[in-house]
Amino acid sequence: MTGRHETLALLLFSAFVAVTLGITTWVSRRRHGSPEEFYAGGRLFSPMENGFAIAGDYMSAASFLGVTGLIALFGYDGLLYVVGFLVAWLVVLFLVAELVRNCGRFTLADVIAARMSERPVRIAVGTSSVTVSVFYLVAQMVGAGSLVALLLGRTGEAAQAWTVIGVGALMVIYVSLGGMRATTWIQIVKAVLLLSGTVALTVLVLVRFHGDIDRLLLTAADRSGHGKAFLVPGLRYGGSWSARLDFVSLGLALVLGTAGLPHILSRFYTVPTARAARRSTVWSIGLIGSFYLMTIVLGFGAAALVGPDAVRASNGNTAVPLLALDLGGGAGSTVGTVLFAVVAAVAFATILAVVAGITLASSASVAHDLYATLRRPHARQRSEVAVARVAAVGIGALAIALGLLARDMNVAFLVGLAFAVAASANLPVLLYSLFWRDFTTRGAVWAVYGGLVPALGLVVLSPVVSGSPGALFPGVDFQYFPLQNPGIVSIPLGFLAGWLGTVTSDEVPDEARHAETEVRSLTGAGAV
Amino acid sequence: MFPICPSLGMQSSNGRHRDGGDGTESSAGRYEDQGEYGAASGEVRYEDPWYDALASGWGEPDGTGGPAPAVPGARTEWEGAAVRTRDVYLEVQRSAAFQEVRRRYRRFVVPGVAVFLTWYVGYVVTATTAPGLMARPVAGAVNVAMVAGLGQFLTTFLLTWAYARHARLRRDRAALELRWDTQELTRGARGGAA
Repeated sequence: MTGRHETLALLLFSAFVAVTLGITTWVSRRRHGSPEEFYAGGRLFSPMENGFAIAGDYMSAASFLGVTGLIALFGYDGLLYVVGFLVAWLVVLFLVAELVRNCGRFTLADVIAARMSERPVRIAVGTSSVTVSVFYLVAQMVGAGSLVALLLGRTGEAAQAWTVIGVGALMVIYVSLGGMRATTWIQIVKAVLLLSGTVALTVLVLVRFHGDIDRLLLTAADRSGHGKAFLVPGLRYGGSWSARLDFVSLGLALVLGTAGLPHILSRFYTVPTARAARRSTVWSIGLIGSFYLMTIVLGFGAAALVGPDAVRASNGNTAVPLLALDLGGGAGSTVGTVLFAVVAAVAFATILAVVAGITLASSASVAHDLYATLRRPHARQRSEVAVARVAAVGIGALAIALGLLARDMNVAFLVGLAFAVAASANLPVLLYSLFWRDFTTRGAVWAVYGGLVPALGLVVLSPVVSGSPGALFPGVDFQYFPLQNPGIVSIPLGFLAGWLGTVTSDEVPDEARHAETEVRSLTGAGAV
Repeated sequence: MFPICPSLGMQSSNGRHRDGGDGTESSAGRYEDQGEYGAASGEVRYEDPWYDALASGWGEPDGTGGPAPAVPGARTEWEGAAVRTRDVYLEVQRSAAFQEVRRRYRRFVVPGVAVFLTWYVGYVVTATTAPGLMARPVAGAVNVAMVAGLGQFLTTFLLTWAYARHARLRRDRAALELRWDTQELTRGARGGAA
């Protein structure tokens, strides 16, 4: 790797940072410090703006770097991620977006606490939201790290660590100064950048193959060394029954997890009405769907043009930048260098923006759910936002530490875990409280912990953490659960625990509060 | 008090709709839905809360915000200062107008979710259990697996479009009516209780 693309990438990246910092200061210039402003950006974004911002929040480093890498390495099995990521939006659109917008104020816990005894529910849902966010954050940090490792070469260990720290510091600045308004604009800018970059690369790949998809697929299959098997499911998740179950488990986690992601849910509060929430979801489905279609092309393109060896060297996380380098004419050529730098900068921007979005959502959970429940009763309202700003710093620090620890894992795979936790801990309680009349407080608390604890426990006992060569702690072996993704066990457990908690509690379900939730969720009466 | 006449009710509610709505509905949708909701509201419409609010002066302790007794049923419970917000929601929940909105929502969403979840889970399970089937070539390098994967994209886009259209044409208007009605009633209830 030459020094030129490195300099250029750093320049472009600095430009993005400058622009986003500009946005942040411009936005925070007239900040009121109200929770409405900080968590929801004043709720006056248009559906199109919010649609772009949602897409920006969702098209993370996992999709851009991780998924393309997985497709480049495992062919069709990587494509499953993309399908799951997209189909998940139907769950959001049909069951969640409008209803959550109508019932809640800032966080997921608002929706559930409205029907239940507030304190235990807020603590439970706040905890699980923060957990999901931290998992997701780690994935983004790892993406940032491997990108830098590629830019700076193998010698960049220290630089890699400093980048992760720098990304963390920047996001804390965005979030604590700019709140939701700045974060949203950063997402929009980033979504536009990312989509333009993806379109450009896709066009280049297709031009390289003269628009012949067939040849693209065949070349990819040949080069991968797997032949036709590359285009059929089973390369990564084939063979043993546990690998196949893993595949199904991941599929479930992906499709059910999105609707439980706190940073996605909190985006619906930035528009004025449920109708606007629906329209922003439709926008984002369009944008995300087209983006994923293009990542499929990029993934197979990377397999065909870069080849599996170079991609494998980074666990797949750098397939796209390498592809860009090749498309421009290879290392040493000017166009290749520029393309590489642009793509690397876009990927940085992606990571930064997504990290800001998640940090905001989790600091909202900490301040609005956990702190507001546990604090002294007479503390002033103003202080909640102050707590959120501080929480952003704390979460940033935690994510930096974990990101440094997990830096050798595939990003899309880490995100798969975050989705599994979200689907197990957040989705059951959300659906039950929106649609089940007899749901009780105990049911809600059990649903959260009944999904969260098994999901986390199974991850700890899985081959991800120990007992396999690629594990987090390869030296020790306390692996008792054969699957990498816990979803197939923990998601049903979450639903089961919620049901069990409800039928065993002696609390009489409050018919009137259910009526209120139902009427509000479907009509928007009393929505803020 | 004012007689409840569906056409009058529709008119005033149209005006409100424009005030509060996002105002971009297609005109076709507006007419289609107006007819349906008009019919529904003919039976169940309590009264127009906006008129009611003005007439009785909500917020005054004496003006209990009791609705006009033009439509039978569901009336008595709203009278008197002891009425509470929670009763309003129960009452709205039981109203035919709300049940119609809920029915329309569920009629679309339940089969919709069933269809796409079955299709998606079926796809994932087939991919793991029947790689032979998935490997069957369709055209050139494109095999059944590719077609199925792209099919998932296609159905997602189609269902998104269908849902948005259904909600826009069949639910939005009635839901907005209910929203204002409910908010007026809760305000009346609070005012009355004060």
